[in-house]
Amino acid sequence: MSIVTVQLGQCGNQIGFEVFDALFSDSHCTQGLCSKRENEAYRSSCKERFFNEEENGVPIARAVLVDMEPKVINQTLSKAVQSSRWKYGQRSCFCQKQGSGNNWAYGYSVHGPRHEESVMNLIQKEVEKCDSLGGFFIIMSMAGGTGSGLGTFITQNLQDQYSSSLKMNHIIWPYGTGEVIVQNYNSILTLSHLYRSSDALLVHENDAVHKICAKLMNIKQISFNNINQVIAHQLGSVFQPTYSEEGSFHYRRNPLGIDWQVQPPLSRLPTLGKRSLSEQLRFNTSIANLVVLRGKDVHSADVAGFKDPALYTSWLGPDNAFNVWKTQRAFSKYEKSAALVSNSQFLVKPLDMIVSKAWNMFASKAYIHQYTKFGIEEEDFLDSFTLLEQVVASYCNL
Amino acid sequence: MTQSVVVQVGQCGNQIGCCFWDLALREHAAVNQKGIYDEAISSFFRNVDTRVVGDGGSISKGKICSLKARAVLIDMEEGVVNEILQGPLRDVFDSKQLITDISGSGNNWAVGHKVFGHLYQEQILEKLRKSAEHCDCLQCFFVIHSMGGGTGSGLGTFLLKVLEDEFPEVYRFVTSIYPSGEDDVITSPYNSILAMKELNEHADCVLPVDNQSLFDIISKIDLMVNSGKLGTTVKPKSLVTSSAGAFKKRQEKPFDAMNNIVANLLLNLTSSARFEGSLNMDLNEISMNLVPFPQLHYLVSSLTPLYTLADVNIPPRRLDQMFSDAFSKDHQLIQADPKHSLYLACALMVRGNVQISDLRRNIERLKPSLQFVSWNQEGWKTSLCSVPPVGHCHSLLALANNTCVKPTFMDLRERFTRLYKKKAHLHHYLQIEGMEESCFSEALSSLSALIQEYSQLDATKSMPVEDLPRLSVAV
Repeated sequence: MSIVTVQLGQCGNQIGFEVFDALFSDSHCTQGLCSKRENEAYRSSCKERFFNEEENGVPIARAVLVDMEPKVINQTLSKAVQSSRWKYGQRSCFCQKQGSGNNWAYGYSVHGPRHEESVMNLIQKEVEKCDSLGGFFIIMSMAGGTGSGLGTFITQNLQDQYSSSLKMNHIIWPYGTGEVIVQNYNSILTLSHLYRSSDALLVHENDAVHKICAKLMNIKQISFNNINQVIAHQLGSVFQPTYSEEGSFHYRRNPLGIDWQVQPPLSRLPTLGKRSLSEQLRFNTSIANLVVLRGKDVHSADVAGFKDPALYTSWLGPDNAFNVWKTQRAFSKYEKSAALVSNSQFLVKPLDMIVSKAWNMFASKAYIHQYTKFGIEEEDFLDSFTLLEQVVASYCNL
Repeated sequence: MTQSVVVQVGQCGNQIGCCFWDLALREHAAVNQKGIYDEAISSFFRNVDTRVVGDGGSISKGKICSLKARAVLIDMEEGVVNEILQGPLRDVFDSKQLITDISGSGNNWAVGHKVFGHLYQEQILEKLRKSAEHCDCLQCFFVIHSMGGGTGSGLGTFLLKVLEDEFPEVYRFVTSIYPSGEDDVITSPYNSILAMKELNEHADCVLPVDNQSLFDIISKIDLMVNSGKLGTTVKPKSLVTSSAGAFKKRQEKPFDAMNNIVANLLLNLTSSARFEGSLNMDLNEISMNLVPFPQLHYLVSSLTPLYTLADVNIPPRRLDQMFSDAFSKDHQLIQADPKHSLYLACALMVRGNVQISDLRRNIERLKPSLQFVSWNQEGWKTSLCSVPPVGHCHSLLALANNTCVKPTFMDLRERFTRLYKKKAHLHHYLQIEGMEESCFSEALSSLSALIQEYSQLDATKSMPVEDLPRLSVAV
């Protein structure tokens, strides 16, 4: 079972490198706290999942690197080579000379169609190297132009071309106070389009990860390297093989196969009046939760707290909404580690914030000329706003 | 990686341009120890095998043979360009990339724009096309000129229309030197206002600079250097005003120090596009983020630090000081006070060993004292480039789209009106073919419209920020 990763833009490529590095380091870790046989099974599953074997034994990441300007990809490739433990495929990159200028419209409407064939070909080559394709993992940021615009375009293409494969988009939510001034526009355009073509959006907020670095890890001068390494660690702890008793291959469970798409049964929805946002979010309601436990004493771990019905909706109780994956083999030298993936109201506030700021800016028509120049019209913005307001409302009504 | 071409027009433009090329060479020499022609250098320089005659000499990879600036030098007098061609930089310029005349424009915008524009249009087009051909992927034209004279002002702005028509996809960044209050050219208000209309209509981004501000910055540095205070030994090569090593060498000509500041501005502006960093910022992102409406494209710039003290360990407190300085009116390159005006957008381009947490800490710290327009309350664009400028550990270039440019324009308009009311010197302009009084009145109304836009924005400054009612949707 293999996963093909597509790394887009500066953010996607910088994070992608850290992810593969974390996955590789963990799989070759000697302190697995389990039997040698288990460790071997784990390691070979990880290898099959994320790497391809090369003739001289250096594993090649199953990844396609895409960016509209060359600096970051060059850096990423050389970092991998320097580590001399794994590397990227020499012909797995697609690069142009001039970036997307932080312009979603440029990434989506100009770069997308122009480079569609080349990028899809690269992905096809990667897919062909897999014995059994588990799905796609697409790493992108929302704030810029390439990750957001081109990333959305590519995801739509993957939907068309590989409709039966799972697609998970890893979205980097920008800092609240500007990295990019038009980040809110780029974000709403990305999210509204991805909602229609992606199977799952796995979100990491820069603000949240920054807090982890500052408060939990006590790092004084936090760099993007620190941030990316935390993100990679979290992703690794979910995506590394997990033990499952089904079948003869115990480490084949597909992390992308989490059934996140839930439609609330219409007849069971209570009629609610218009509730204010603050009122509704007092208690975080989850649609579904997944806990991934790794390491010592994993089978005796008590997860009863996660099964409290109060955490879930009235129409999907903890029996169906809560899942736990337990694996003896420890992750990244941590004796015990736990990860929680949650589909809940947690992201409503940040989403609402972005929609609100984008809406205020849109009302003044600021920067719109930069988008209409490349074919994204005011109606497209309005469509995006409408869709996202519906998402916010749906989550609020849980 | 993309390339940029510098077009330097007139005496001022060429003198600044010369400083720019000198600094660019030094910067790349410091970074590129192995002498390999890489993509960073290629953004401003071609690599040429000078033994090959004609055009075939371009080398795209490998060792550096001979670097040629991607530049077009235009002046209607020969003095400045000749001096450049006889000076230490003579080998950097391609002799075919020059356009000169003898008579000069007589500080008359009309002569520069109409007479020489017409006369040299073909040649200009030819040189520009040639420089574009030498580029793999041309992204930007940097035009350097002054507003107050005749050639830089008139021919420089004539060029803009040519660039827009011929290369519509390529950005036009204009560095314009505005005349100070005590300018010795009497007709500078006329020249400036006539030029402003062209900048309004044909430039993507304008970086206004004025001599008085540059002079004030130099005075500040001199004071610092000569104060002899304990612990204030300045690191050699770190002065934003000096090109040569030690600042004690006083061989520099009077305008050199001022020109170097502007040259540093251009270097820092392009650093994140040329060199690597954890958060890159390309030139097309400058326009995208800082120009919310097409006509409001005037960006006030400030550079810090102006010098680096010689002590090696610079604690974060000093780093924070750099950010504070960037917003002080003493560091702006035009007479402007952004802190007390309204921000439409702000970009912070940081170089050197500065991380994202330093950037965020300072934005959080400085935000409360700045006023942003209601629809862009968090209007920050940031970039982190790993390579610091020569002689510094880190540096910051702040670009602000701020209503504080308004006073400069209003001042200009007033000086213009004083002359125009009396019809002083008007005949010098009207006798040029193609010039009529309507040119003046149109230019004036173009400027007034711009000032009006800034005034309207200013009026929103003290209004409370309200969230607009959102779309209500059915679930």
